[in-house]
Amino acid sequence: MQIYLPIAEVSVNIFLLLGLGGIVGVLSGMFGVGGGFLMTPLLFFIGIPPAVAVATEANQIVASSFSGVLAHLKRKTVDLRMGTVLLIGGLIGSGLGIILFNYLKALGQVELLVQLCYVVFLGMIGSLMFIESLNAIRKSSKPGGAVPKRRKHNWVHNLPFKMKFRVSGLYISVIPPLLVGVLVGVLAAIMGVGGGFIMVPAMIYLLGMPTKVVVGTSLFQIIFVTAFTTMLHATTNFTVDVVLAVLLLVGGVIGAQIGTRIGVKMKAEQLRIWLAIMVLAVCGKLAFDLLVMPSELYSLGTGGHS
Amino acid sequence: MIRLITLFLLLALPAKAEEIVLGLSRDQVSITATFEGSEILIFGAIKRDGPVENEGDLGVIVTVAGPDRPVTVRKKDRRFGIWVNTEAVDVDVAPTFYAVATNRPLEEILTFTEDLNTRISTMRAIRSVGATVDSAQSFTDALIRIREDQGLYQTLPTGVSVVEEALFRTLIPLPANLTEGDYKAEIYLTRGREIIDFYVTDIPVQKVGLERWLYNLAHDNPFLYGLMSLSIAIAAGWGASAAFSVLRR
Repeated sequence: MQIYLPIAEVSVNIFLLLGLGGIVGVLSGMFGVGGGFLMTPLLFFIGIPPAVAVATEANQIVASSFSGVLAHLKRKTVDLRMGTVLLIGGLIGSGLGIILFNYLKALGQVELLVQLCYVVFLGMIGSLMFIESLNAIRKSSKPGGAVPKRRKHNWVHNLPFKMKFRVSGLYISVIPPLLVGVLVGVLAAIMGVGGGFIMVPAMIYLLGMPTKVVVGTSLFQIIFVTAFTTMLHATTNFTVDVVLAVLLLVGGVIGAQIGTRIGVKMKAEQLRIWLAIMVLAVCGKLAFDLLVMPSELYSLGTGGHS
Repeated sequence: MIRLITLFLLLALPAKAEEIVLGLSRDQVSITATFEGSEILIFGAIKRDGPVENEGDLGVIVTVAGPDRPVTVRKKDRRFGIWVNTEAVDVDVAPTFYAVATNRPLEEILTFTEDLNTRISTMRAIRSVGATVDSAQSFTDALIRIREDQGLYQTLPTGVSVVEEALFRTLIPLPANLTEGDYKAEIYLTRGREIIDFYVTDIPVQKVGLERWLYNLAHDNPFLYGLMSLSIAIAAGWGASAAFSVLRR
């Protein structure tokens, strides 16, 4: 059954959208990532204009994250204080990202920037997580192997403006979480992602937060940053397609609930190695597209390039 | 503009021996939520006052054109090992939809000069003025190729069927990804590759109902639209969470 999307101005199969939303929703709940880094490229593939895909995905992530964070709030695995600090950085970053996005759109280089960002970030984080989790699994399977010490004392702990984060059991400077927030905000605006795929590893490895609170806290920040991004896209580009968003989120919110429950049952190391493999797969696909000669060298854009 | 002027010139033709009488299967196209594309039947008759003087072959050309919009065509090139957009050409006028249906291949029923004046063939319907790239032609070719793949540009060389040199009909398929606006259907009658009569009519293509309402809200009141999208998202997220906790009990 086809449905016509009023803003994207294309006709798409309704079950395809529901299915995509559902699958990405399960992953979102399991890993605490918004799922945008999978959904946005998938939307490109089914013929949604990139500008609409990015803006609409931001709106859809609000829904799946909200659904996910409620489950985490119930289990008290959200560090609200840390979330707020990350959020302040996120809002600043989102504003900067929109400016950059609109500038590059005029130059016709938005897609390139988006793809390069994906390849670089996903490649780095994916391999880092993969190696780390593999080591952790190897150590824990050895009899009598020591549990790796997570909270190392690094440069992060020597910066000023320290703050107590009780839920995470941390006493660190607010500067690193703020910067992480800004970076995530920029990515949210230009890539149509929640930014969980970068925030989750940053929280674990850079800030040294316990894995248990990482997922809930990142979802908490993502809700507000993507909501802000949605408003910016809606008012400057008019590219939020509410019909598309509703279809994706119907599948997405149900998927997220299922995913959260699967995530609780899995071991942290296992969870991370699967996330790493997925991140690397998406990265590989995008790198391949950039390196191989495209079948159509030409593309069409709306008139008036500078 | 040129096209309009040509049409006025054609109006000044001497008394016509043959005239078009036209019918349309529908005088407007509505884009609803379940719009999957459509088709439009254009049919008509050729009215004759007296004997035919010009003994050339009869040609019927039907064109349907969507609203004109400027387009930027970009070309990818390999830079530092990856494929990036490098050159770009602005096409000043390109119809968002363009179909040409004829009873025989266009060049058999229309002279080159007439095509140049009336801009009937797809190539002529696109105008790119002031292109700075040498290979501007390959960019317009690419534009046509991409839009043909999307079903937006169509050349139907035997799309018009003519019965007894008196009745004609053609079916123009409209894809789902139509741009809103006034579509123009033009019907040309030719004899010996010269135009002897033509007829122009508008076919409005519009979103209706919910589609119309959402589109207008998004553009006229984007702040409210954004808030609405967010409320829906949060309500859906909360609803799913609540529904699942009920289910688990």
